[in-house]
Amino acid sequence: MEVTRVENVTRVYETGKLETLALRGVSLSIESGEFTALVGPSGSGKTTLLQLIGCLDQPSSGKVFINGKDVSTLNRNQRADMRRGTIGFIFQFFALIPTLSAYENVEMPLLLTGEGSSERRKRVTQLLEAVGLADRSHHRPDQLSGGEQQRVAIARALASKPALILADEPTANLDTANGKQVMDTMTRLNQETGVTFVFATHDPRVIQYARRVVTLQDGLVVENHAAEKLSPGE
Amino acid sequence: MTQIFRMAWRDLGRNRRRSFFSALAVGLGLALLLFLAAFIQGEMKTSIDTSIRLMSGHLQVRANTYDEVKTSLKWADLVENPQQIADQIAAMAPVKLASPRLYASGIVAVGDETAGVRVMGIDPNSQASLPYKDGLLVGEWLAADDREGLLLGKALTDKLGLKVGDPVNLSVNTSNGEVANQNFTLRGIFSTKTYAFDSANALLPLAKAQAITQAENHASTIFILLKDMNQVDAVAPALQSSQLKVLTWKKMNELLLQLEQLANSYMVFFYLIVLGISATVVINTLIMSVFERTREIGILTAIGMRSRRIMGMFLAESSLLAVGGIVMGLILAVIFIGILAQVGFPVGQMKVTGFIFSDRIYPVLTLKDTVNLSLMALIITLLAGLYPAWLASHMEPVEALRGGK
Repeated sequence: MEVTRVENVTRVYETGKLETLALRGVSLSIESGEFTALVGPSGSGKTTLLQLIGCLDQPSSGKVFINGKDVSTLNRNQRADMRRGTIGFIFQFFALIPTLSAYENVEMPLLLTGEGSSERRKRVTQLLEAVGLADRSHHRPDQLSGGEQQRVAIARALASKPALILADEPTANLDTANGKQVMDTMTRLNQETGVTFVFATHDPRVIQYARRVVTLQDGLVVENHAAEKLSPGE
Repeated sequence: MTQIFRMAWRDLGRNRRRSFFSALAVGLGLALLLFLAAFIQGEMKTSIDTSIRLMSGHLQVRANTYDEVKTSLKWADLVENPQQIADQIAAMAPVKLASPRLYASGIVAVGDETAGVRVMGIDPNSQASLPYKDGLLVGEWLAADDREGLLLGKALTDKLGLKVGDPVNLSVNTSNGEVANQNFTLRGIFSTKTYAFDSANALLPLAKAQAITQAENHASTIFILLKDMNQVDAVAPALQSSQLKVLTWKKMNELLLQLEQLANSYMVFFYLIVLGISATVVINTLIMSVFERTREIGILTAIGMRSRRIMGMFLAESSLLAVGGIVMGLILAVIFIGILAQVGFPVGQMKVTGFIFSDRIYPVLTLKDTVNLSLMALIITLLAGLYPAWLASHMEPVEALRGGK
């Protein structure tokens, strides 16, 4: 089942009189349960494509579909509604709210979807256990390591049982060991829960985890194929 | 809602110093306004109380045709058998005291110096005259049967260079339109701490005033004090008759009350200006907070928080600043006004004729002013938070996420 599809999307950024074509007509379809990497050098359009799929931005032309619904022309609040409960995000800079504990950060999407307190408690506890941080739930981000913060971010992304999780360079700010731990966690959760993961990266060590690789260059998809069946680290 | 306020509280705690000073700005603004309001209330209350005590009383009974401005002494314009009427009025349950008084226009002369005065014939033994007796600085109080003594206020004696025992020539209008003239001895000098009264009144025993003005068994007014001044409107109709009219203290102090109303209406603009200045501090704080947390706003938007909720977060912060500021302002105001309410605020002699102003003001902070001004501070601070909150809620997620890097 298709989770997301983009049809011939372009994205033009205007800075004063200067126009930058970040995406030049990208078409792509992601199926449910995929673990897909968007790869390419800096400036290839990976992040832009991720933002369009995630309804954080709108295409200059073309269409974006989430679960079959055209989201290209939604307004800001409608896009927020679409993200809530359907799409989870993992950012390279961890993106936790600094004044909230790990527990409260993971709980935030559930508060937004209106879950009851006992359901929230159960889900948050389950997720923190799944990412191995049940004993650190009351710590604030400045009391957690980079790897731990990213795992909290993963738990938060999964909180409202989204259909799709988008990760933008999830290991960019982590050392090798922590990066491996984060990717292992994401892989395991993809296999256990069936949630679709799409992550942007230019790190070869991370690309190895993908079951499918989409390569972008200069705003266009140049390759789109199943990944070679290699174990991570080979 | 709890989560929003919890986040707002913690967000304010990120920069405690800035948050404290922002709230303090609101607090100081409010404290200033509460002090001003209390000052005005105190001034008006002191003036009204002084006027009631010295001049108007709670009620006065006069002849229908009596004109206070003309100070008529024609018998037709005066109250006949005033003591009898005063005794009847004093017997009423709500009445504390009733005492007849006679007013006449006069001139005091000492050598080449003269001064226009209002001659007040008072009952020296009545409690109504206590304010003057208690204000006696030097000399002796009047006796009811004194035929040659008078009392003058310190402001007048200083002007004329008089001391106790000095001769004073008094010319006064009479009921038949002539002028009577007599040398008196200055028995004593008083001060009511109100320049307007002390500089313009000469006190004589009622019997002497009636004699010199040929008013005989008449008085200009019956001065009445009630046990409870709030009973004025209930008691006044009972004193009305076909020949006599009754004036309440509100009627007799109409100008003063109108002045109070005028002052209060002008003050509203001043309040808004002061609170507006405090609000700019809050706006600045919150705008800085919005820009410092741009990426965080992007994150919240990314996980699905709607614009309205983001706006609610920042409004929660401004409301916490408002409440904190109001609490600080109330504490400062209560302490400061509490002290001044005991010791008074000296304003010096206000040489304004026509009004009774004391030389010291005791501020009075009313519940109404406290609630109104606190609400005003709250509303204005919340309004101040609107723009930063709107700014935060209208950020595009992509730009917000990019903006914090």
